[in-house]
Amino acid sequence: MQSEQTQTKGKRADRSGLIAALREILPPDAVLYEPEDLRPYECDGLSAYRQLPMVVVLPSTVGEVQAVMRLCHGHGVPVIARGAGTGLSGGALPRGDALLLSLAKLNRILDIDPANRTARVQPGVRNLAISEAAKPHGLYYAPDPSSQIACTIGGNVAENSGGVHCLKYGLTVHNILRIEVVTVEGERIRVGSEALDSPGYDLLALMTGSEGMLGVIVEVTVRLLPLPERVQVILAAFDRIETAGAAVAGIIAAGIIPSGLEMMDGPAIQAAEAFVHAGYPTDAAAILLCEIDGANEEVSERIAQVRRLLLESGATEVRTARDEQERLVFWKGRKAAFPAVGRLSPDYYCMDGTIPRRRLPEVLRRIGELSRDYGLAVANVFHAGDGNLHPLILYDANKPGELERTEELGGRILELCVEVGGTITGEHGVGIEKINQMCVQFRPLELTQFHAVKAAFDPRGLLNPGKAVPTLQRCAEFGAMHVHHGQRKFPELERF
Amino acid sequence: MSGADRTEALQGAVAAAHASGTPVQILGGGTKTFYGREPRGVPLSLAGHTGIVSYEPTELVISARSATPLAEIEAVLAANRQMLAFEPPHFGPGATLGGCVASGISGPRRPYGGAVRDHVLGVRLLNGKGEVLRFGGEVMKNVAGYDVSRLMTGAMGTLGVLLEVSLKVLPRPAVELTLRQSATVGHAIEAMGRWAGHPLPVSAAAFDGESLYLRLSGAESGVRAARGQIGGELVADGEGFWERLREHRHAFFASSMPLWRLSVPPAAPALDLPGKSLLDWGGAQRWLLSDAPASKIREAAAGTGGHACLFRGADRQGEVFHPLAPALEGLHRNLKRAFDPAGILNPGRLYAGL
Repeated sequence: MQSEQTQTKGKRADRSGLIAALREILPPDAVLYEPEDLRPYECDGLSAYRQLPMVVVLPSTVGEVQAVMRLCHGHGVPVIARGAGTGLSGGALPRGDALLLSLAKLNRILDIDPANRTARVQPGVRNLAISEAAKPHGLYYAPDPSSQIACTIGGNVAENSGGVHCLKYGLTVHNILRIEVVTVEGERIRVGSEALDSPGYDLLALMTGSEGMLGVIVEVTVRLLPLPERVQVILAAFDRIETAGAAVAGIIAAGIIPSGLEMMDGPAIQAAEAFVHAGYPTDAAAILLCEIDGANEEVSERIAQVRRLLLESGATEVRTARDEQERLVFWKGRKAAFPAVGRLSPDYYCMDGTIPRRRLPEVLRRIGELSRDYGLAVANVFHAGDGNLHPLILYDANKPGELERTEELGGRILELCVEVGGTITGEHGVGIEKINQMCVQFRPLELTQFHAVKAAFDPRGLLNPGKAVPTLQRCAEFGAMHVHHGQRKFPELERF
Repeated sequence: MSGADRTEALQGAVAAAHASGTPVQILGGGTKTFYGREPRGVPLSLAGHTGIVSYEPTELVISARSATPLAEIEAVLAANRQMLAFEPPHFGPGATLGGCVASGISGPRRPYGGAVRDHVLGVRLLNGKGEVLRFGGEVMKNVAGYDVSRLMTGAMGTLGVLLEVSLKVLPRPAVELTLRQSATVGHAIEAMGRWAGHPLPVSAAAFDGESLYLRLSGAESGVRAARGQIGGELVADGEGFWERLREHRHAFFASSMPLWRLSVPPAAPALDLPGKSLLDWGGAQRWLLSDAPASKIREAAAGTGGHACLFRGADRQGEVFHPLAPALEGLHRNLKRAFDPAGILNPGRLYAGL
C-alpha cells in the first residue's frame, strides 16, 4: 500500500537544512515538520494510502509559493500540491522525500465581474463558495462535484472535476477561462485569457486535469452562468436495468439534454432508502432521476415530454416532484448514496470509470459476476447521461486480505470499462490509485508521449512524482503479474 | 461505413520526413490555407483518408477520419436531428474534419454552445516521429492521462497529423428564430451582456454596425417566451444570416483590407481603432477591417485582457497570431519538441520557430 518511492533526479536535500531555509522565507507557523503536525496531511480522500510528508508548507501569498518552488527546485526536492485533500485517487498522497505544498491559505475571492460573467479566485476557495458569492448577481459556477462544500477550485482544475450536471454544462475544463500557474522553477505564468480563447497551444486544457504534474495553480478565472429560472426533477422506477438504460437513450434520442440524469441500482436504492427515507421504491432494479432546468415554460414542456417517454419506455412508476421540497428529497437519496452504502459495511471503496452508455446492462451484469467471484458486495450509482459509473465495493479493512481483494476487484472493474470502449477514470483522476490501470488504458508509445509532455514542463520530474502516468518499467512489472487474454502487454520490455 | 483508412501510407510518409528532416505541410481540403503563417514544406495530402468510423446518435458521439468532409458529417448528423454545437465555419466546399479541429475555429454559437475544443473527446494522430498514438476516447468524461486531444485543437498541425477525431454532438434545437433591432455599438454590447446574464435560450448574438441580431434556440415554449421578453423584429431568413456571418460571406467581409480577429471579454467597450468592425459571440469576438499597424491593434486587444490575430490578408510571413509571453513561448517550444523533435510538421505555421 505504499506509493512507489522512485528516486527523483537531482540531489536529495538534507531535511533539517531545507526546513531552516523554508523558515527564512515563510512565517514560522507556515512550516510544519513535527510528526504530529504532519499527521493530518498523511492522506487525501483515498485514506487507504498513507505516508507522512517530509515537510508541509502553507504559504499565504503567490510570492511565497514562488519562493518555495525556487527553493525546492534549487535543492532538487519534489513538491506535491494539495488543496482541501478531498481527492479520491490519492493525487495528493505525500512522499517521505517530498514537500507538501498546501494552497489552503490562498482562499480569497479576488473579483466577481457580473458584466463579463466571470469570477477570479485563489486556488484554495471552495467550489460552493464561488456560487454563493455569485448568487447576488443571478449567476453561479456550474461544475458541482459531490464534495463541493469542501473541495477547492485549485483541486478541481488539477483533477478536471465533474459533477452531476456535466452532460449539459461540462466539466471544469469547459468552465474556466484563465489560470495563473507557478512553474517548477518558481516563475509565474498566465495560461488562457479573459476572452473566450487565447493564442497558441491550448495549455489551459492541457493543464486542466494534469494532477499537479505540470505546475502549481495559484489563481483561477472561472466562467459564471445565469441561474436557471426553474429546476424540476422526475423519478422513474424500472424492474430491469436494461429498460432503464433504454429509457436514457430514449430521452437523448428525443433531443433532450437533461441538466442531470442519474441512475442507481437495487443495492444502492435500498441503502439510500434505509438511510434517508427519500421514498424510493426499494423493489426496483433501477431508478432514474432526470432533472430539467431552464426557463419556466421550457421546463414545463420538457417535463411533460420526459414523463411520457419514461412511461413509454416501460418505467413501472414515474413521479414528478410536486414542489421544491420534494425535489430536494428525490435528490437527497442520490446525494447520500455513498455514506448510505458506507452504513452497510465497515468500509467501502468508490470506483470511477466511464463506459459508452449502451454497454451499461452488460457492464453491470459482469460487475455482478465479479462481485460474486470476489465475495464482495457492489452497489452502483451511475451518471447515466455521460456514462460515468461509480461502483461502490463494500469491504472490511480489518479482515486480513480483504482490502487487497477489494483493490484487485476494483482494478478488474476498471479494466472492464476499458474493454467495452470506456476509460479508467471519468472524474476522480489517476493519482496513485489507478496508476496500474493506466498500463491497460494506454500503450507504451502513448505513455512515452505523456512523459515527454511532462518533461516539457518539468524536466527533472519534481512535480508530484510517481503519480498519474506510470513508468514503462512499472507497467512491465504490472503486466507480468497480470497476463491479459493469455498475452503479455509489453513483450518488448525486459522483465525484472 | 464508407471511406478508406490511409494510416499506413501517412505513417510511412511522416516517418520518412522525420528521418530525412524534411518539413511537410499538412493538407486537408485546402480551405484554410489563408489562415496562420504562410505554409511551407512538402505537401502531405490527407485526401482519401475519409469515412465516418462510428456514430451512435444516442451516445452523442461521432468518430471520423480526418479528411472526411465536414459537410458529410453535418449531413449525417442532421439526418438524426443532431449537430456540431460549435457551428464550424467551412470557408469552402472542401472543408474537412481535420482542418476544422487543427484550426480550432468556431462559429456564432460558440459562447453558448462551446468551442471546437470543448467537443473534442479523442484523437488518433501521428506525432512528428510517425508514431500512431491514441488519446482520449469516445466517452464524455475521461481524465486518464494529459488532455492531448484538446491540445491538438487549434495547434495548426504543428504537434501532430490528425488521423481520426471523436466529437461530442448535440441535438438540434426544436425551434430556432432570429430577432433584429437597430442599435448603437454601445447599446449592442450592453444588451448582449444583459441577455447573456439571464437564463434565456440565446444561441447567437451579433452586431453588424447597424443592427443587433439575436438567435433563440430551444423548446418551442421557451423560445416563444424569450421572444416576448426581448422583442425586436423577426428576421425572415435568420438561418441565412448566421450562415453568411459564419462563412464570412456577409457584406461586411467584402473588402480587400486586412481582416483582424479580436478576442476580448464580451463587455469590453468598443475599441478606438480605425476601420470597420463587426461584433459576434455576444461581443467576445470582434472582426476588424483595418490597415492600422499590428502593434496598435494588438495593444488595444491586450488592453481589454484579450488578444488579436491577423485572420486574413496582409503579410503572412511575419507573426499573425498574438505574440506569447516569453515564459509561455518557452513552453510552446518544449511541447513542439516533445511531439515533433525534428520540427517537420507544419513548421512556422503557428509561430516562427514552432
